[in-house]
Amino acid sequence: MPTLNLVQAVNDALRVEMRRNPDVVVMGEDVGKFGGVFRATAGLYEEFGPERVIDTPLAESGIIGTAIGMAMYGLRPVPEIQFSDFIFPAFDQIVNELAKLRYRSGGQYAAPVVIRTPYGGGIKGGHYHSQSPEALFIHTAGLKVVSPSNPYDAKGLLLAAMRQDDPVLFFEPKRIYRAARGEVPEGDYTVELGRAKVVREGDDVTVIAWGAMLHEAERAVEQAAEKGISCELIDLRTLWPLDIDCITESARKTGRVVVVHEAARTCGLGAEICALIQERCFVHLEAPIKRVTGWDTPFPYTLENEYLPRAPRILMGIDEVAAFEA
Amino acid sequence: MASRAQKTSAAVKPKGHASCNGATKASRPASAGSASAGGPALSTDQLLELYRAMLRVRILDDRMITLQRQGRIGFYGACTGQEAATLGSAYALEPTDWIFPALREASAMLLRGFPLVPYLAQVFGNSADVTKGRQMPSHQAARAVNQVSWSSCIGTQLPQAVGAAMAARLKRDRTVFMAYMGDGATSASDFHVALNFAGVFKAPVVFVCQNNHWSISMRTDQQTASESIAIKAKAYGFPGVKVDGNDVEAVYAAAKTAVDRARRGEGPTLIEAETYRMGAHSTSDDPTRYRDPKEVELWKTRDPLDRLQARLLKLKVWDARRDEALRTELLGEINAAIKEAESYGPPADETMFEDLYAEVPWNILEQREEYLEYLRRAGPAARGDHA
Repeated sequence: MPTLNLVQAVNDALRVEMRRNPDVVVMGEDVGKFGGVFRATAGLYEEFGPERVIDTPLAESGIIGTAIGMAMYGLRPVPEIQFSDFIFPAFDQIVNELAKLRYRSGGQYAAPVVIRTPYGGGIKGGHYHSQSPEALFIHTAGLKVVSPSNPYDAKGLLLAAMRQDDPVLFFEPKRIYRAARGEVPEGDYTVELGRAKVVREGDDVTVIAWGAMLHEAERAVEQAAEKGISCELIDLRTLWPLDIDCITESARKTGRVVVVHEAARTCGLGAEICALIQERCFVHLEAPIKRVTGWDTPFPYTLENEYLPRAPRILMGIDEVAAFEA
Repeated sequence: MASRAQKTSAAVKPKGHASCNGATKASRPASAGSASAGGPALSTDQLLELYRAMLRVRILDDRMITLQRQGRIGFYGACTGQEAATLGSAYALEPTDWIFPALREASAMLLRGFPLVPYLAQVFGNSADVTKGRQMPSHQAARAVNQVSWSSCIGTQLPQAVGAAMAARLKRDRTVFMAYMGDGATSASDFHVALNFAGVFKAPVVFVCQNNHWSISMRTDQQTASESIAIKAKAYGFPGVKVDGNDVEAVYAAAKTAVDRARRGEGPTLIEAETYRMGAHSTSDDPTRYRDPKEVELWKTRDPLDRLQARLLKLKVWDARRDEALRTELLGEINAAIKEAESYGPPADETMFEDLYAEVPWNILEQREEYLEYLRRAGPAARGDHA
């Protein structure tokens, strides 16, 4: 089985699906001849030509707006937003159009658009190449939101996303585009949307993370184990609709939960996870649920590692939750 | 007749630039019985068909405004005064072509054969509405007649139309896409984005801007300092045509030229149909607060329906007796359809939770159960006004 990094796995998924389904088109800024600023679409233009690997003018609302029309007409567009920080000119098209099209037309029209976009910090990208805006889309009914943490899931989840009939925001953790490496099967397989993965079983504390932060959480969980704290680590993978059963089962088992994400804390997905757990697992909880997240500030350039919830801060959160006594 | 379609992008035509040819052609529309050549003309039967369609919409809109005042419907955006621009342009399409409407083009669905009762059921937002009562009135959509669902957001439909057009070309279909907007929409970023993409990709799309002089309370000269809207097409590399939007023959000729051009693979056209919003923006505003009644009086003399009627009378294919009979017939048809459409109840409770995703996710299942349980427990108190 070949070893690929995460961005190669994305590229592989696109190639597999474009070979399989002639309705799949890739579009975005610099995605064609150049192969994308992160090389996610490298080689696709050569294989599938300019009609299916479309270099678009520099306008995100145009990329998503045209993708919606294409999907309505029966294509399977996979637009790339070069950095998720630049998705906001398309926010209206995503939130008011894409998400609501099926509903507002009484099910007459649908737009299965899969929007790929690199997200997250830790690459010296400053305010506008580092953000994690996933919660804004989770808050919008009608969208699915996915974020893989490793190459195997990246390929399998992207293939699954391109084969289902709803719009998907596919957030790719660019910080680990090349750092995350692993065995990826050749050819076709899918990873089902809506299913989290228990990366490591444990009894004392549940740690929930996704994307690049899964790896920080993994380090923290290993260090906690050395101190005798047994953590159950959940990779959420699909952020919405999230795997509620996996989360509640683990929370009931451990009674202590830490949620980790890069995005700012207030109204982040962690807040929703906390609410869901307290609604469903109240009598099982033995400590307040801890959120270890980015701060409620814009993403800073110089102090990015201080902004990110890296392993030492996650470990402090685990320690705090594990030690809590009512 | 040549003066019907007014000055086009020829005004900014650079020397030797071939892409203005389409505009030049469209600026010379012919019409029934006209000797002028160069543009598609309508036969007498077609003019009669359009007169009927326009009169039907006029009567329908009048009735809807009354219903709104009576509190029987919540909102209405009439097309009164713009029937020629709406129906004359849509008439140039094949049934397989798609329409991306804005607020005042719902009636194109009727022209293209959508039945009146479900059309009106959308206005009532009830169980006979194919969009399940989910949107405000005047937001009809039906796949059966290829009329796409509009939001209420200005200009967002324009890039979508371009994308659908790009898709049709990729699939080697000959479908053409007509995307409507008002003059206010030309200020929105999606207008620029859509025309730019359409030009770059030579998409088979026809943009129809209904310049009705008002965006709620804002005059067109408060939207743009440009000498016209049509002229903007020049910057995107395709023809722009300004046409008398109250002359149904001129509108049709410009639209047909643009549709044919798109179908031949020669790319987009922007049509500016100059018309006038005779009524309020919607039933939610009072235009006497911001515009001079004299202006309205002036435009009354240019009424598209009166003009078409005069033309039919002149052609001696119409007379007062037939006109009266047609009005009676249409009013009867509309009143009967209103009666039936109004008789349906609100959409079933659980439909609120349908059509969000292809499959229902757990949170929606839970909330549906919670809602149905609430209805069971709260009884009549749970109901809104419509029950």
